Amino acid sequence: MSRVEFMQGNTACAEGALAAGCRFFGGYPITPSTEIAEAMARKLPKAGGVFISMEDELASIAAVIGAAWTGTRAMTATSGPGFSLMMENIGYAAMTETPCVIVNIQRGGPSTGQPTRAAQGDMLQCRFGSHGDYSTIAITPNSVQEMFDLTAKAFDLADRFRVPTFLMADEIVGHMRERVTIPDAVEVTRSSPLAEGSLPFEAGDDGIPGFAPFGSGRSVHVTGLTHDERGYPDTTDPEAHDRLVRRLVAKVESARREIADYEVVNPDAETVFVTYGPPSRTVQQVMRDRRDDSIGHLRLRVVWPFPEFALQEFGNAQVFLMPELNMGQMVREVQRHVDQPVVSIPKIGGELQTPAELVQVLEAHR
Amino acid sequence: MIAPDWFREDRLPHIYCTGCGNGTVINCTLGAVEEMGWKREETVFVSGIGCSSRAPGYILTDSLHTTHGRALAFATGVKMARPDLNVVVFTGDGDLAAIGGNHFIHACRRNVDMTVVCMNNHIYGMTGGQGSPTTPPGAISTTTPYGASEPAFDLAELAVAAGANYVARWTSYHVKELTKAVAAGMQTPGLAFIEVRTQCPTNYGRHNKLRRVSDMIEHLRSHAMLVDKYNRLTAEGKPVPDGTFTVGELVRRNRPAMGVKS
Repeated sequence: MSRVEFMQGNTACAEGALAAGCRFFGGYPITPSTEIAEAMARKLPKAGGVFISMEDELASIAAVIGAAWTGTRAMTATSGPGFSLMMENIGYAAMTETPCVIVNIQRGGPSTGQPTRAAQGDMLQCRFGSHGDYSTIAITPNSVQEMFDLTAKAFDLADRFRVPTFLMADEIVGHMRERVTIPDAVEVTRSSPLAEGSLPFEAGDDGIPGFAPFGSGRSVHVTGLTHDERGYPDTTDPEAHDRLVRRLVAKVESARREIADYEVVNPDAETVFVTYGPPSRTVQQVMRDRRDDSIGHLRLRVVWPFPEFALQEFGNAQVFLMPELNMGQMVREVQRHVDQPVVSIPKIGGELQTPAELVQVLEAHR
Repeated sequence: MIAPDWFREDRLPHIYCTGCGNGTVINCTLGAVEEMGWKREETVFVSGIGCSSRAPGYILTDSLHTTHGRALAFATGVKMARPDLNVVVFTGDGDLAAIGGNHFIHACRRNVDMTVVCMNNHIYGMTGGQGSPTTPPGAISTTTPYGASEPAFDLAELAVAAGANYVARWTSYHVKELTKAVAAGMQTPGLAFIEVRTQCPTNYGRHNKLRRVSDMIEHLRSHAMLVDKYNRLTAEGKPVPDGTFTVGELVRRNRPAMGVKS
């Protein structure tokens, strides 16, 4: 028996994490994400887990990575300024292949910006924000239900691919309240264990090494330095660096189809909206209002790794329209994968595009 | 002195310079681990960045070599998630007192049950000898070519003020005392902080008329004063020689601690 509740997005995110078996939360209060920390502080101790309020966001993500290395499902939640502070250790998590979940309830930036207003301004930061080459996974919910479902899913992806995984939500889905169905149990898939006789960072064909958490007797040395399959530093051999970093990128990028999660509406349409997160709700409203089969909609629930093949599902597309709550970030990724014109519909300041605003652009491009 | 099965022999040769004190500190720490009877599979070494922080890479346990300054925050996550694991942090003066200063005071305040050994060589060694927050006033480094002009941090006193349950300071000369202090710290529930003043002949001694390793160790020995003696002299209003620092156990107490194995 599942239960139905009327719930805030941030609370649903915490519920999704708990249902997925998250038992460690390290965080620092920041608007508009704080309700996640508050819910975890209430619930984790009762579930036999650990909530710890760290001294800053650098420490929050550090503690999460430390906890993750004990085999505990661990996460943190933050917003722009805290996300920026976490960048160095996010690179460390990528380099050390640490499964962990980072929730970013995006707000207006740069800098302190608009603490209580929604934005999607960190979409490229979550892909490229730490120095060096690496790949991660980023998920974009558009409802309270997805704040639950996709948070739970983020833990499975983090474990499966051994990468830091981002839930790139925003103030709108974080703070809105909707009906949500909470299942009694969520199916969970953990990392493959490190096989006997395998080295700690030796990967099979899928590029993902087995995981031997601390305390399992395998004496794993974990370092952010370029390392060999034993985990030992090897910082000057060009081949060693090339082999490691190419694998870190390829294990995610080569699994794009497996990781992909998107919705296609009206694949024969000539005018196609491409969205992720809350602007998809406005597009859905426009389509309800017009009952117009000539408008297509591609809604991405996973934006990184970018599923370029999803764009090919619209075989008749003449133009792609892309409303985002930024000055045009993911639109660049769409533009480099299609020959048709791609029109950015940027909006900043904290409010969602209205249906009328989208219709105006729509009419101008038909 | 080290039980050979705790040592990653396949990592040799190590990166430490001739005459470096870090090997001595690692030896003393592993001596204390042996005294405690800890098992390899129940022990985790954590470190940040710098010469000190390469130590866990030479020890055959699970180990986490992290980012600059953040070792204590990573270690807090390990210990809070798995209180049954023994957690030891190796850090240095730059890692702990400069970039990691905030984590240092908060780890002491929380009193997380782990042992922190700081190799204080008064310099950023790995990057070639720049002045750190513990470079003594007047000392020459590549970034204090006219002598350090800032006051230095007293790391052990900082740990006492911030709330650690066990705090001691020794030098790389005092190997027996140091080993006993690390073991005492490991036995004390809560955060144990052991500052070890140690020599960096390559990047500190060379610029400060202490070119020979033995000169540096003699300098440390002759400027170390037992804390009881220091307190007595100052209480009596008697003078203490310039450059003196206290050694010994600065505090052992029973403040509430976190992450203690139940």
